Amino acid sequence: MNPELVIVGVLTSGIRLATPYLYAAIGETFGQRSGVLNLGVDGQMLLGAFAAFYVAFTTGNLWLGLLAAIIVGALMGLAMAFVTVNLQAVQGISGIGFYLFGLGMSELLFKMMLGTVETVKGFPIVSIPFLGDIPFVGKIFFQQNIMVYGAFLLVPLAWFILNKTTLGLKIRAVGENPEAADSLGVSVARIRYFTIILGGILSGLAGASMSIALLNVFQQNMTSGLGFIAVALVYFGAWRAWGVLAGALLFSFVNSIQLWMQVLNVPIPSEIAVMLPYILTIIVLVLTVSRVRPPSALTKPFDRGD
Amino acid sequence: MKKLLFVLVLTFALVLTACGGAPVEEAPVEEAPAEEAPAQEAPAEEMPSEEAPVEEMAEAFKVAVIMPSSTTDLAFSQSMFDALLAIQEEMGGEAAMEIAYSEGMFKVDDAAAAIRDYAAEGFNLVIAHGSQYGSSLQEIAPDFPETSFAWGTTLNTFSEEGINNVFAYEANSQEGGYVNGVIAASLSEAGVIGVVGPIEAGDASLYVKGFVAGAEAVNADVTVNINWIGSFSDVALAAEAANTHVAAGADVLTGTAQMVVGAVGVAEASGVLWFGTQSSQTSLAADVVVANQVYDWTVALDEMIALIKEGTYGGTAYTITLDNGGIVMDYNGAYDLPADVKAAADAAVEGIKDGSIVIPVE
Repeated sequence: MNPELVIVGVLTSGIRLATPYLYAAIGETFGQRSGVLNLGVDGQMLLGAFAAFYVAFTTGNLWLGLLAAIIVGALMGLAMAFVTVNLQAVQGISGIGFYLFGLGMSELLFKMMLGTVETVKGFPIVSIPFLGDIPFVGKIFFQQNIMVYGAFLLVPLAWFILNKTTLGLKIRAVGENPEAADSLGVSVARIRYFTIILGGILSGLAGASMSIALLNVFQQNMTSGLGFIAVALVYFGAWRAWGVLAGALLFSFVNSIQLWMQVLNVPIPSEIAVMLPYILTIIVLVLTVSRVRPPSALTKPFDRGD
Repeated sequence: MKKLLFVLVLTFALVLTACGGAPVEEAPVEEAPAEEAPAQEAPAEEMPSEEAPVEEMAEAFKVAVIMPSSTTDLAFSQSMFDALLAIQEEMGGEAAMEIAYSEGMFKVDDAAAAIRDYAAEGFNLVIAHGSQYGSSLQEIAPDFPETSFAWGTTLNTFSEEGINNVFAYEANSQEGGYVNGVIAASLSEAGVIGVVGPIEAGDASLYVKGFVAGAEAVNADVTVNINWIGSFSDVALAAEAANTHVAAGADVLTGTAQMVVGAVGVAEASGVLWFGTQSSQTSLAADVVVANQVYDWTVALDEMIALIKEGTYGGTAYTITLDNGGIVMDYNGAYDLPADVKAAADAAVEGIKDGSIVIPVE
């Protein structure tokens, strides 16, 4: 088969596969940089995916669907923030609780409101003028749907906010040393509320990117654990937006390579091919985690003691 | 230390996701990344599992079914649920037959608990719809000699183990696969066909073998690219596998198990033809679905129920086939299938029925 075709295929697939991971993992990065571990990402994604799909399906308006995912994600984030900031619950366990809630609730709503698998006409492919016409590169990067562009624009934006703004400084301070931040007049609670709700919104968008842009269907548990991989990608990316991007791309490209290897009849068992992205992720995870230090206050509730 | 522990947890989650599906037979096992079944943790709203018995009549025949995915998965679980609804209708509604179901039972432990509960509640027939439930059933069935159990897809009724209240059922999915393959290869102009499968085992493996044999019978030079994505639930990867096939030049796709809805979406968006199996997937993409192999378990269930009413609680294995009407070819009326292709498909059906076509499945 034409090698150019294969390379373009691998890269376009990889870019598409990386999209939901980017939304979810960038959202998680904000939370973790402020000291909050959210393991409920997958549940937030499922509810966001359902909300977006249902609204788009019934109204025919994709933007309303997107708005629904944002609202649902924000509400899930708000609940998570209340539980972890005000009630100071153990973050890991409450996150799993939110995951299960999202999983079950999205299933229930799906059963009650849709009943069966349906399809919508999702966001179409938008070819960027001029850039989309560049041979090779244009097809890979500039002929995608709007949710894909959004995910990739999010990376520099997140980097800028975290590293170049006062807000980013406050987020990092709260995640490293909440006592010091507090004594300087930064409201730890407010910052954490902000990052957790933002994380919820981005998880909701991650779900929407699947249900109304990339796949255009909703099925129970359609994320199948994608949100947990997004959490792992934050560790992988060493809590930095660019690192998360690198991780998401690596994971997705290896995944699309294995899909192509099977199509091209490369003689390795499909079971091995399917394991490749995970094995690689685990290896890199182990290598990076031993070198990089997580935010000091990660998973630690903050108590002003007043 | 704490950090290390966390990494371990994450790694665990990754591995679970990676190996989801498990090496069971055809079983559409779904992945459970952060192990904790919704059924256990979650409040009532999590799982609308057991239907409340509607107006229990003393003589109502009570059937319970435990299935790995949902009753509306357009695939394996739905095929059984639809059959039960059809039988209920035939028998005279809820007064004559009561159906209870537990869906989403991807954890075998939960399924085992459900099987035992239904048996203890006095259900006449308890169906364990997934080959991964076999060992649980083997343990439970002897404790309830007055209850009949059914297990699929398999041909093992445990009669050799001295258990005589278990029926077994299975589908010759290669038969409809062959017919789908004949039509697919006839319609493919590119001569390239893509297949999206979960794990190379059981029902899925049979279907794909049949499909390839059918396609090659029509066109010896046809290229059938097969992708096993290693999961029964990863809709995104199924979709991307379909995208890969389209990029590699396929103009006809097929696939099996419940995660293929993602691939059907891609087929529709790319305007390539789709062939379904297990249940009809026409409703999902009426523009591109050509034909479906549909499982109609009523053939097997009717006989089981008749035997149970006579006092025989197990021991028989049923295989649904094109010949006994348990496998039905379902054509999308909205798709204009050329007459000669339809004739070739009908000829294949007849050939399989009368044994002149033998599908090599090892």
